Amino acid sequence: MRTNNLILQTVTKIVIFIIMTFAFFLFISGHNNPGGGFAGGMTTAAALVLLYLAYDVKTVHEGIPVDFKTLSLLGVFIAVVTGTSSLVMGKPFLNQSFGYYTLPLLGETELTTALLFDTGVAMAVVGMALTIIDAISKDISEDNCPWKP
Amino acid sequence: MYNLVVLPLLIPVLCGLLMGIFRKSIAFQKCLSLLSLLLTGAAAFYLVQQVSARGIQILELGGWQAPFGIVLVVDMLAALLLAAASLVSIACLLFAFKSIGPEREKYYFYPFLQFLIAGVNGCFLTGDLFNLYVCFEVMLVASYVLLSLGGSKPQLSEGIKYVVINVISSTLFLIAIGYLYGVLGTLNMAHLSLRIAAIGQTGLVSVIAILLLIVFSLKAALFLYFWLPGAYGALPPAIATIFAALLTKVGIYAIMRMFSLVFYHQPQITHDLLAVMAVLTMLIGGIGAVVHGDIRNIAAYNVVIGVGFVVFGWTVFTPAAVTGAIYYLIHDMLMKALLFMLVGTIIIIVGSSKLRDMSGMITHHPLLGWLFLISALALTGIPPLSGFVGKYLIIQEGLTRGAVHTGYYIGVAVGLLSTLMILYSLIKIFVRGFWGETTLSPDMEKGNTRGLILPCILLTAAGVFWGGGAELIYPYVEMAAASLLDPAIYIGAVLGEVI
Repeated sequence: MRTNNLILQTVTKIVIFIIMTFAFFLFISGHNNPGGGFAGGMTTAAALVLLYLAYDVKTVHEGIPVDFKTLSLLGVFIAVVTGTSSLVMGKPFLNQSFGYYTLPLLGETELTTALLFDTGVAMAVVGMALTIIDAISKDISEDNCPWKP
Repeated sequence: MYNLVVLPLLIPVLCGLLMGIFRKSIAFQKCLSLLSLLLTGAAAFYLVQQVSARGIQILELGGWQAPFGIVLVVDMLAALLLAAASLVSIACLLFAFKSIGPEREKYYFYPFLQFLIAGVNGCFLTGDLFNLYVCFEVMLVASYVLLSLGGSKPQLSEGIKYVVINVISSTLFLIAIGYLYGVLGTLNMAHLSLRIAAIGQTGLVSVIAILLLIVFSLKAALFLYFWLPGAYGALPPAIATIFAALLTKVGIYAIMRMFSLVFYHQPQITHDLLAVMAVLTMLIGGIGAVVHGDIRNIAAYNVVIGVGFVVFGWTVFTPAAVTGAIYYLIHDMLMKALLFMLVGTIIIIVGSSKLRDMSGMITHHPLLGWLFLISALALTGIPPLSGFVGKYLIIQEGLTRGAVHTGYYIGVAVGLLSTLMILYSLIKIFVRGFWGETTLSPDMEKGNTRGLILPCILLTAAGVFWGGGAELIYPYVEMAAASLLDPAIYIGAVLGEVI
């Protein structure tokens, strides 16, 4: 039996933008207000999970051709490298710095290395959450597991 | 501020992440993991030299000052353990190259090995109790993966027990940390020590100390060892080696650090309890090693004996005895790794781990046989080899202490008895496995040993140097013991600017 998902799919198409915008807001308001990489990443992951629910795993994977395991590893890598860069500058590991720059359109903006770190965290969280969803939604026989039961 | 301190933690993490990103290329992973461990080893040995020249080195992460931010502290004990751990892990990696098999390599074996080592190094480095918990978890999560990777039936059944035990002990750890923060309002180890010295080790603090003691004993297999033989028996040789050499030692390190830096005011409660547990551990481990006919179990029970002996030596708590305990701890890391590699090689050759299936291997594998004999003698503590110095110091100081506190005579007696049991259990493998009629011709062997002997030789050389070069090494170990026994040195280095 095929269930009719028309309502869910239509709503998802609109709601997904709202959730993503809110996720970006949480992410960017990051280290001075409540929010940050973890909260932003988690909300993004929630949006993607909604996509999974409304459509199916295959459609979403065609739309977002990203290996989530690699995404999470890359995220942690970016975060650690951001921490390490302070080591090269002769500051203690994980030291952060920030400055104010005048950018076109945005005017005077605060740019921080913490934002880069948060980007890594967000990627790690999205990757990890979706890897888990992926793993539990799959049957073991579908996976190319070398140790078949 | 001294950024070198973070390298033994940082290098394996970065390399492990890179390996995970490029998971398809096994050759790249192999090269990078070797490079990473060599760099970590170089950093660790440089740290040993730096600490001996300039004293304890600290790094305040992110530039936040000590009791508020997180510190990494490396004193001589941590530096020596880092160096020994990197040596062992290099040998283990070389062993894994030849023995781990393509399936595990494809499923993130090398990255998780790096994360495991990062967790272990983090435990040695951290100067903050909560971070100790975090590093324990990093190490444990990596060990869960390595334990269940492969999905064979014994691995999964032992894996479940291992995970449940460790989740329980981690929960207790977290609860103890919560209590401690509630009582004392800090988690920086040096700061904890100061606060307890100021208000005295009250009953409540002692209870928390014993809760932590249970946690660390579970991790170190001190008396609460029941999970260990089964779990280590289910593992492939390379992974069993790294587990046996590193994981329990982290628990011992945590006991040594916490009960000499923080909870040292009521030795009649905590230290006597530790001594009793250590003596029982030696006895139980010894009995286990003697009765089993499966070489994996014999090796696993030898780990238990080693844990008991080190902790017993440490509880004697005189400078010479603590020096002996640290000396024996590092010997135990090197030699247990060697023992597990040799046992793994024997299992690969014979295709079985039962003593009754093996005989006369010396004809075709003379080098393996002699290396096994050397490791057996070293673990027993025959003089020129590495076990002797530590054992001698511990027994001697135990006897001196026994004059004051008769219980220590029993400890020394059990220590010597367990030594005899180690000798018996290992010589049993040597006699049954290597002597007698040769039943396996080279073409009937289940696997080949090419490349497996090299890491064994490497560790044997390290072990022989650790024993023969005692004159050279002793001052370093003595320095480690001195900084362990005098909390003021550690506190001064960490909180020097604040107090």
